[in-house]
Amino acid sequence: MYARWVLTALLAWPLVAALVVMLVPAARAKQVAFGASLVELALSIPLWWTFVPEAGMQFVADQAWIAAWGIRYTVGVDGISLFMVLLTTFLMPLSVLGSWSYITKREPAFYALLLVLTTGMIGVFIALDLFLFYVMWEVMLIPMYFIIGVWGGESRLYAAIKFFIYTFFGSLLMLVAIVVLYIHVGRATGTYSFSYLHLLANLSGLGPLAPWLFGAFFLAFAIKVPMFPFHTWLPDAHVEAPTAGSVILAGILLKMGTYGFLRFALPLFPAVALSQPVQAAIVALSLIGIIYGGLVAMVQPDFKKLIAYSSVAHLGFVMLGIWALTLQSVQGALLVMINHGISTGALFFLVGMIYERRHSRLIDAYGGIARVVPLFAAILTIVSLSSIGLPGTNGFIGEFLVLLGAFRTYPVAAGIATTGVIVAAAYLLWALQRVLFNPLDKHENEKLTDLSPRELAVLVPLLACIVWIGVYPKPFLRRMEPAARHLIEQVRPAAAPAQSPALGAAP
Amino acid sequence: MSLDLSAYRELLVALLPELVLTAWAMVLLLFIAWRHRTAGDLRATGWLTLAALASTAAAVWWLWWNTARAQGLPGMVAVDDFRWVTDWLFLGAAGLTVLVSFSYLEREALLAPEYYLLLVFATLGMMLMAGGADLMVIFLGLELMSVAVYVLAGFDRKSPRAAEAALKYFLLGAFASGFLLYGIALIYGATATTNIALLGVQVSLMQTPNVMLLAGLALLLIGFAFKVAAVPFHMWVPDVYDGAPTPVTAFMATGVKAAAFAALFRVLTEGFAAAAAWRDIVWWLAVVTMAGGNLLALAQRSLKRMLAYSSVAHAGYLLVAVASGTAAGRSAFLVYLVAYTLMSLGAFALLAAKGRRGESDVLIDDLAGLAAQRPWLAFALATCMLSLLGFPGTAGFIGKWYILVAATGAGDNLLAALLVLASVVSAGYYLPVIMAMYMKPEPSDGAHAGARLGRLGDAAVALVVAGLLVFGVWPNRLLDLAQAAGDSLRPAATAQPPSPGR
Repeated sequence: MYARWVLTALLAWPLVAALVVMLVPAARAKQVAFGASLVELALSIPLWWTFVPEAGMQFVADQAWIAAWGIRYTVGVDGISLFMVLLTTFLMPLSVLGSWSYITKREPAFYALLLVLTTGMIGVFIALDLFLFYVMWEVMLIPMYFIIGVWGGESRLYAAIKFFIYTFFGSLLMLVAIVVLYIHVGRATGTYSFSYLHLLANLSGLGPLAPWLFGAFFLAFAIKVPMFPFHTWLPDAHVEAPTAGSVILAGILLKMGTYGFLRFALPLFPAVALSQPVQAAIVALSLIGIIYGGLVAMVQPDFKKLIAYSSVAHLGFVMLGIWALTLQSVQGALLVMINHGISTGALFFLVGMIYERRHSRLIDAYGGIARVVPLFAAILTIVSLSSIGLPGTNGFIGEFLVLLGAFRTYPVAAGIATTGVIVAAAYLLWALQRVLFNPLDKHENEKLTDLSPRELAVLVPLLACIVWIGVYPKPFLRRMEPAARHLIEQVRPAAAPAQSPALGAAP
Repeated sequence: MSLDLSAYRELLVALLPELVLTAWAMVLLLFIAWRHRTAGDLRATGWLTLAALASTAAAVWWLWWNTARAQGLPGMVAVDDFRWVTDWLFLGAAGLTVLVSFSYLEREALLAPEYYLLLVFATLGMMLMAGGADLMVIFLGLELMSVAVYVLAGFDRKSPRAAEAALKYFLLGAFASGFLLYGIALIYGATATTNIALLGVQVSLMQTPNVMLLAGLALLLIGFAFKVAAVPFHMWVPDVYDGAPTPVTAFMATGVKAAAFAALFRVLTEGFAAAAAWRDIVWWLAVVTMAGGNLLALAQRSLKRMLAYSSVAHAGYLLVAVASGTAAGRSAFLVYLVAYTLMSLGAFALLAAKGRRGESDVLIDDLAGLAAQRPWLAFALATCMLSLLGFPGTAGFIGKWYILVAATGAGDNLLAALLVLASVVSAGYYLPVIMAMYMKPEPSDGAHAGARLGRLGDAAVALVVAGLLVFGVWPNRLLDLAQAAGDSLRPAATAQPPSPGR
């Protein structure tokens, strides 16, 4: 029973709640939104237990939408999307709580948009119909555009439009690719359908079209991830967005890109994705992302921008893990996706909290504040260490698995990526030192107040997850494993036959 | 119900919608001659016009309901679903224009009820264009429509800009009509017929391309390209759209364009399906129009001129549907046209609400802070902009998606890719409107106090927004309708060639 309606409820409930938030008095908006997001979380939690790792797609709901054109409302969850859905529902209440005193104007609209955004994000992760997927992919753009553009910092308009146009550009080309797939498979089978499983099962004979289609999907996802050199929208959007916006952007929106690779780009076009030049290019871009992201983060004067660039580096690990395509590396990539949502989300919350007190994000504006705000300092340190990947925290498990798995496929690349961990330690520890530990030489900083209970309520769940995954990741890995294994079994053999005839034909 | 068009009585039945509208036009003429002084008279004329449009729509529906079909020899008018759907579209566009015009005319002191009469005549012309099965009928319809719209463009006699617009439109329009007519003459010279169905048979029987026919086709395309405002025949658009009263601009951007496209579709599909030459021409026209329209719109600061160039860009998207040359292309065209008519009319109507004295001075930045003061107006305009952009959840997306399906279905992936790239550019000028309304502070407290449409105008905009959202989420009915209508145009290749003995 639960299995049949839960995903639909997860999509519908935030929309209903958004309407309610708009209708209640403005002062109540945040309470209602918080309550609604807690309900959403409560709805999603049983997924964790009722999910059967070995069963593939589950909780499937399937309804005709535009039946004559083969467009259906099909949603489902497997070991890849389960965690993305849970991460979304987990971060939403925290985002509402984190915006409590940060957002002061047009509150109902802000919280309503956050809720609509929830629907869009969950929709992306559970859609099993490419038309539905595209709609959700775009629908989540608008709330984010408004969140950055209305409640953002000084150059928010620039950041908002840049964010929108970058994403829009990639996704429209993906739309063309989806339509081409639809026509191609429809011609071949006589059944015109946007269903993911139908397309996946019947996709063959693309010929010279395949690289173009893969390219379109790649562009849409690579912009979202973002991979170097498509990352330039990210620092702007992150820095200008309000705290909740940055958290969601980093925590969930970026994962849509990597999720897209796992769900669509790899399984649909395995031969192209694993062809020699594409592999080389993606691994190279991932490595550039890891090293370049880290080095650029190191020189940022703005703490928020530093975290933004660190995201580029983290997502580089994810991409490396996905393309290495071993069981450890894919599981590691999935885990890094979760970890990045938790750790980077927590970092953005922390920067937002200190920004609310001092109205500055510059690292130079602080110094020695560990003595004034010890609790803040302690939590910032723990979170930073988890982001670096200290053993015992979640960050270690994810990156270690990626490196371990990648070493079997690309030993040299894994070796280079390892230095990325060192770079991460350098920029974060250096930033910590300048913010928390140098001499307390600014008068404004002497009066800072420590974290309030509300702020602790935001951070403690995140800290708990950091420790939980760091110490006992087995529940996560166990649920991921069949899906990761299935993906590899699906992609590896499909890529192989395309390569062998080419070799055989060579003189 | 099958109608033998060579029998008088049955021809009259086939022409019922046009006859109803003509009769109403006579009634309106008499009414105006009797009462044409006060604002009350103007309103009364407006209501009569709505009644005229509604009863014509009912006549169309009656024929549609009885599945009227032509039988026997090809006649002067077509009797098919394509005609009914486009008729409804023209009537709907005219009806919405009337609703918006009510308060606009009074506000701008254009107290001349002839406005509505001209609107009715223009609509009649459009119906003849889309329903004409003979090049001469199409030409007559085009002239009937154009002459009425020339006058409407210059309807604000006190405004020098409107006079300039009307003159420009008239001169260039006359040229285009000349091209069209000469094209028809050449085609007649090559095939000895102006009937589209017979023409189609003739063209399909030709072994080698006939130079005279191709020249005629080229001139025909130029004439239509002018009317639909395709680059490079779009030069008149910004000035004319800018100078004309805004409801008239809305009508021109939707109805006139739709009628020209409908006629173009019928001529190319039923008459020239066998002549491949036009595909390449239309392909390039589409590419140039999408690129030109979007890039020029990007440079505009005035909202009205931006919308004018955006209508050029949308003509480009529609040309993509034309270029596909398939039944899917025709259906996609109809779906897109419905969406485009709604969103474009809505956008111009909202511009009319914001502006004064012709609205040519409303800059995009003047909308700053509209959302805070007039949230519903801002919401409506934002919906129209997102739909124009082709954003999911709005009818504009469904239309664009269908055109993409038609283009890729015809094997033209490149054109589909170019279409979406052009759409990305369009985000650069649709989004600033939303941005201004929602993200910029209002210049002063009462900056938007005067932004009003009147109750009927509000109703029209509410209809538009509801239509955009409903068709955006639940387009099933619309898609079915468009598919039936798209299939009802048949290329001559499937028609039986006349037996040699006759």
